[in-house]
Amino acid sequence: MTATLERPSVPAKKTRPVTPARIALHVFLILTCLMTLAPLLWAVYASLRTYDDTSVNGYFSIAKSLTFDNFAKAWEIGDLPHFYWNTFLITVPALIITLVLSSMVAFGVSRFSFKFNIALLMLFTAGNLLPQQVIVTPLWRLYRLIELPVWMSESESLIDSPLGVILIHIAFQMGFCTFVLSNYMKTIPYELTEAARVDGASVFRQYWQLTLPLCRPVLAALATLEFTWIYNDFLWALVLIQDGDKMPVTSALQNLKGTFFTDNNLIAAGSLLVALPTLVVFFVLQRQFVGGLTLGSTKG
Amino acid sequence: MTALQEKPKAVAPNGPPPRRRGKRATALAGTDKLVLALMLGVPTVVHLLFVWIPTLGSVALSFSEWNGIGGFEDIEWIGVGNYVEIFTEYPRFWPAVQHNLIWLLFLLVVPTSAGLLLAVLLDRELRFSRIYQSALYMPMVLSLALVGFIWQLIYTPDGGLLNSVLGLDKPVDWIGDSDINLYAVLVAAAWRHTGYIMLLYLAGLKSVDPALKEAAALDGASASQTFFRVTFPVMKPVNIVVAVVTVIEALRAFDIVYVINKGRNGLELLSVLVTDNIIGEASRIGRGSAVAVILLTISLGVIIPYLYQVFSKENRT
Repeated sequence: MTATLERPSVPAKKTRPVTPARIALHVFLILTCLMTLAPLLWAVYASLRTYDDTSVNGYFSIAKSLTFDNFAKAWEIGDLPHFYWNTFLITVPALIITLVLSSMVAFGVSRFSFKFNIALLMLFTAGNLLPQQVIVTPLWRLYRLIELPVWMSESESLIDSPLGVILIHIAFQMGFCTFVLSNYMKTIPYELTEAARVDGASVFRQYWQLTLPLCRPVLAALATLEFTWIYNDFLWALVLIQDGDKMPVTSALQNLKGTFFTDNNLIAAGSLLVALPTLVVFFVLQRQFVGGLTLGSTKG
Repeated sequence: MTALQEKPKAVAPNGPPPRRRGKRATALAGTDKLVLALMLGVPTVVHLLFVWIPTLGSVALSFSEWNGIGGFEDIEWIGVGNYVEIFTEYPRFWPAVQHNLIWLLFLLVVPTSAGLLLAVLLDRELRFSRIYQSALYMPMVLSLALVGFIWQLIYTPDGGLLNSVLGLDKPVDWIGDSDINLYAVLVAAAWRHTGYIMLLYLAGLKSVDPALKEAAALDGASASQTFFRVTFPVMKPVNIVVAVVTVIEALRAFDIVYVINKGRNGLELLSVLVTDNIIGEASRIGRGSAVAVILLTISLGVIIPYLYQVFSKENRT
């Protein structure tokens, strides 16, 4: 897995002559990177300034003073902890169940041979590629039909319930995870599970105790990716949750805009706070993030 | 690199032989069979119930007239009426199609060539390469909704970064002007998309056998000849993935225009026309579903060739 990320670096010749071409290349790359980071840096800069400062001097000016007040204010006015909690309630279960279910399918289709193996994999892969709008209308209607006891959903249906959003995330994201996991599992030698089976290990033990531990690196990569994707989801929650208080933080942004009114400094601070979890994940787990995307796009 | 190498040819599966009709597979005990059936069955049912049944539902509803609120007995079946209306009368449809097409073309041209160029530049022994890559990948982790917010700080007419840098006498309303707002939004979308394309091409470039390039160089090919005649064609699988990812991304585009102005005034997209029937002003489930079916048809146009490309290798073994 990790091998996907870095080419084994050949200890190159010790001294590489500094050619003009090299310097030009670095200058170009540095400029491109700065341009890429500019929108984020601009948001950071705006978020650190006071409303009085920017309303008098405009945004394109040297700051008189820098402060974290906007972050505290956005946190409080936007009631962000509440929305982070909503997101947490959706993301964590959805993530875990997606990985469990898709690893089961991947195990089944990669370790055993059925006639419908490829058809099943194609079904999952195709499902993951559909635009969400193709599904959303009947799903919304279906969710209103399904009645649930109060202990499962306060709204007594799948609409307005974290459970509903969790379910569609699982169903939809399973496609990608199954595809990646089955490709990876196919590279595990058959002899391994074969030997376990001869020793009398049940199918479940072959899956849980033998195959899954070997898949740890892919599971880590998928968990990283799925965390960002589910966290970043906007549409599902927007449509399936109508009570603004129950929305996860990404979909709640829309309402926060109204709360923050026209104070761009607050909007900048709020946006950065919402971006923070994914940025942290990116900085800490960049390897997994990149590796997961690489695996998903290529065929093992 | 494992991901990019040919997978070891699956030799005659060592698992139990395929089940034959009327005959029990001897290799699997009863409980094992049940466990395996559950392991495959439960996820499949979940996937079918929440993804494919609603998809078929969209197809069915596209032939109906329904406000979505009443019960199923209120559904009126009107044949292809919705499609006729969409193609001939519905004023927002053709602009939306046009915007989606521009979206697709823009993504196919700008982020794809930028991503490819950056990947080529970074695919070598280079100092600080990892830092460059991190910076270029970073926008990828942000949601498109958030990208919309962050770029609004750049585009806003009063005090936005862009107008300030340009220093024009008359500030341009990048988001409010329906002639240019689509392109302004596309720049923001491309900003996020480029890193992904770069990632795909970097992986693709690393999978190209260096011997090919060496052979071309020995034959006297220049660097650019080697790239366009050898490296690029060899990366065909990556090119297909990039094409699929881009088409799907262009069809799914929604979040960013929705946070900016709910997809009006020059930012109409097919996805907005569908969603409007549930959370917006219109509530014509039938017409919305017909638009969804059009989206489905276009996406199947790329999904099916993609599946064929990915899985045909397996069919042969």
